[in-house]
Amino acid sequence: MEVIKIKGTDDTPNVILDAESNIIEFSGRSLPEDVVTFYAPVIQWIEEYAKSPNPKTDVIFRLEYFNTASSKILLDILLKFEDILNAGSEVVVQWYFQEDDEDMEEAGEEYSEIVDIPFEMHSY
Amino acid sequence: MENVDYMKLVYEFHNEMLANKFTLVYEGEITHQITKAFTSLAENKMDSYSEDASMKKKVFHVMVECLQNLSKHAEETVAEDGTNFAGNGIFIVGRLDDENQGYQILTGNAVEKTKVVELKALLEKINQLDKDGLKELFKKQMREGSLSEKGGAGLGLIDIARKTGEKLEYNFIDIDDNNSFFLLRTKISRK
Repeated sequence: MEVIKIKGTDDTPNVILDAESNIIEFSGRSLPEDVVTFYAPVIQWIEEYAKSPNPKTDVIFRLEYFNTASSKILLDILLKFEDILNAGSEVVVQWYFQEDDEDMEEAGEEYSEIVDIPFEMHSY
Repeated sequence: MENVDYMKLVYEFHNEMLANKFTLVYEGEITHQITKAFTSLAENKMDSYSEDASMKKKVFHVMVECLQNLSKHAEETVAEDGTNFAGNGIFIVGRLDDENQGYQILTGNAVEKTKVVELKALLEKINQLDKDGLKELFKKQMREGSLSEKGGAGLGLIDIARKTGEKLEYNFIDIDDNNSFFLLRTKISRK
C-alpha cells in the first residue's frame, strides 16, 4: 500500500500512514485553511487500508493543538477505524497529551466516549 | 482645514484605542493568512511579557475560532448601499480593565436577518448551559453536525464558551431591511 508522509507546518499536522511498518500517526498542530481538502487523502487512505488492515492497528495522536473544524474531521477518522474494529481487527488509539494540557486530555476522553475503540492515554 | 480634522481623527482614534486597552484592531477581509499573522503576533507579544502558558493557549484558541467564524460565516451579501460583506468583519483584541489583566476579543460581522433567529437561539442555549452541558452539546454537534462547504462545523461558539468558562456577550444591530450586524465579545479572565 502507498505510504503517506506529510510534513507538518505551523497550521497542518505531521501525518504518517504506513501500513507495512504499521505506523499510523498524527502529530503537531491542525488548523488548516481547508480541513476537508487537507484530510481528503487521509480518509481515502484509511478506506483503502480498511480492505486489508493489519491484525492490530495502533492509531497514534500526539497533537498539540487542533481547531474545531479539525475536531470534526478527527472524529470522522476515528469512526473509520471503528469500522475496522467492528470488522474484526484489533484497533487501539494511543492518545498523547502534554502533562499540563487538560484540554487535550479531555479531548481524548471525549472521543473515547463517542467511539467504541479502546483508548490508551499517555501524558508526556 | 479638512486635512487637520482628518489628522485629529487619527489622533483621537489612537487615544480611544489606548483608553479602551485595544491592542489590535482590524477591519476588513479575514483570510487564513490574516488569521496566521494575528495569532502569531499575539503569541509573540504574550511571549515578550512571559504570559503564562494556559492563558496564551486560551487566547490563541479563542482568536482562531473567532477569526474562522468571521471568515466562514460573514455573509456573502451586499448591503442596500452597495457594501460587500463577503468574509469581512471587525476584529479587536484588548486587555480587560480588571485587576488580574485578562483579555477580551471582540468581533463584528454582517449576518442575514433570516439567520439571526437561529444564531440567537444557539447563543442563548450556550449561555444557559454549565460545563457538563456544554461538553454534551459539543459532543452532540460533533456527532450529528456536518462540515459546511466552507469548513464550518458549528462548534466554534460552543468551544469558545467551554475554553473561557465565560458567558458569551452579544448584540445585533440593524444594518438595513435584510442584514444585521452581529457583535460578539469574549472575555478571557484569569481564574
